Amino acid sequence: MLTKRIIPCLDIKNGRTVKGVNFVDLRDAGDPVELAKIYSDEGADELVFLDISATEERRKTLVDLVRKVASTINIPFTVGGGISSVSDVEILLQNGADKVSINSSAVKNPQLINDLAQKFGSQCVVVAIDAKQIDGKWIVHLVGGKVPTELNLFDWAKEVEERGAGEILFTSMDNDGTKNGFANEALAKLSQLVNIPIIASGGAGTIQHFVDCFNAGKADAALAASVFHFKEIEIKTLKQELKNNNIEVRI
Amino acid sequence: MKIVIINYGAGNIQSIMFAIERLGFTAVLSNNPAEIKAADKVIFPGVGEASSAMKMLLESGLDTLIPTLKQPVLGICLGMQLMCNKTEEGNTTGLGIFDVDVIKFSSKVKVPQMGWNQIYNLKSSLFKGITENEYMYLVHSYYAPNCAEAIATTDYELEYASALQKNNFYGTQFHPEKSGDVGEKILRNFLELNN
Repeated sequence: MLTKRIIPCLDIKNGRTVKGVNFVDLRDAGDPVELAKIYSDEGADELVFLDISATEERRKTLVDLVRKVASTINIPFTVGGGISSVSDVEILLQNGADKVSINSSAVKNPQLINDLAQKFGSQCVVVAIDAKQIDGKWIVHLVGGKVPTELNLFDWAKEVEERGAGEILFTSMDNDGTKNGFANEALAKLSQLVNIPIIASGGAGTIQHFVDCFNAGKADAALAASVFHFKEIEIKTLKQELKNNNIEVRI
Repeated sequence: MKIVIINYGAGNIQSIMFAIERLGFTAVLSNNPAEIKAADKVIFPGVGEASSAMKMLLESGLDTLIPTLKQPVLGICLGMQLMCNKTEEGNTTGLGIFDVDVIKFSSKVKVPQMGWNQIYNLKSSLFKGITENEYMYLVHSYYAPNCAEAIATTDYELEYASALQKNNFYGTQFHPEKSGDVGEKILRNFLELNN
């Protein structure tokens, strides 16, 4: 059976791994290549590298880092942050990235999704969506959750699927950094609405939260950062517990 | 040993290069027929869309070369699919090495299948030392149905062929270069096959 995936996310700023609480107050959690290798050895199913400063500072993602990671680890990884053109993606894929994640640039230029899917295939196009609830409606936000758009999460998710996205990485800004669990209701609705995989992000604090995002949230994969970086949850223990809860995982 | 990765402009070749380097070998990228013919092992990668990949093969003349190769050839992912008779993706005629037609998963399951799934019914020296039901990394929307040339099968919507073999031609739907240590072992098995 296809397994549920556990994906550590390495937020990168100035070549180092960082993780913010609600995207501010950054703390240093180590060397990205070293962390990538550790996670790969511990049984992570994929890795995501997000250059969190890229969108704000218009900085291109770290091609050298991509090469180092790709030469070191033998599991798939996704790179995101500051990607806004077909040529940005080309250089990342050429250097060993398996997928790219686009966020603000897809909102600003939705045709980019079609262009990337056409040129490289849907399998390497992840559309990341940051959203939070405003007056009971899930509204898509940009620039690390700082700028609201006019877009409704569910309409946008449907559109990115139609345009050729291979996967959606949904971060609930309401949950991110709280360690109070994932946004399971919205996740389940998303998962039923679209027929591409959904990665849950934002809110992981306990092992039970992961169990819930797969059972109640119907997510295909779960992404987290600080609980892994600070060893609050060990990936091996997490996957064993998921298995004990009858959730299919790769052990 | 001379390992050639066929370079016809399709996708993520660097990952395969790195994986081969981790195993202690080196590979060269080439679209030169003489160089490909002279190699001990040939890897035929493929990421992207079938009809445009096939178009690139036709333009370079590699479509006629590949089926005539005598050394072990490994098609990976789309590479494997292009070695089949045809594929529904872009209504594309393939190289006709494997006698099977590639079709799309239905909307009963999420498409693409993305992630780790088990391989079983292992039947080839490609899987020497590999136990049944190991997990491999797969990303695909189209699949080869189970058939006589299947050397591994996987369940997603139904049981389908996740690896194929005909004589010196091998194909894996999964990515051995991205499937952890077990995937690397399969890649090593391929590189250590007798010519």
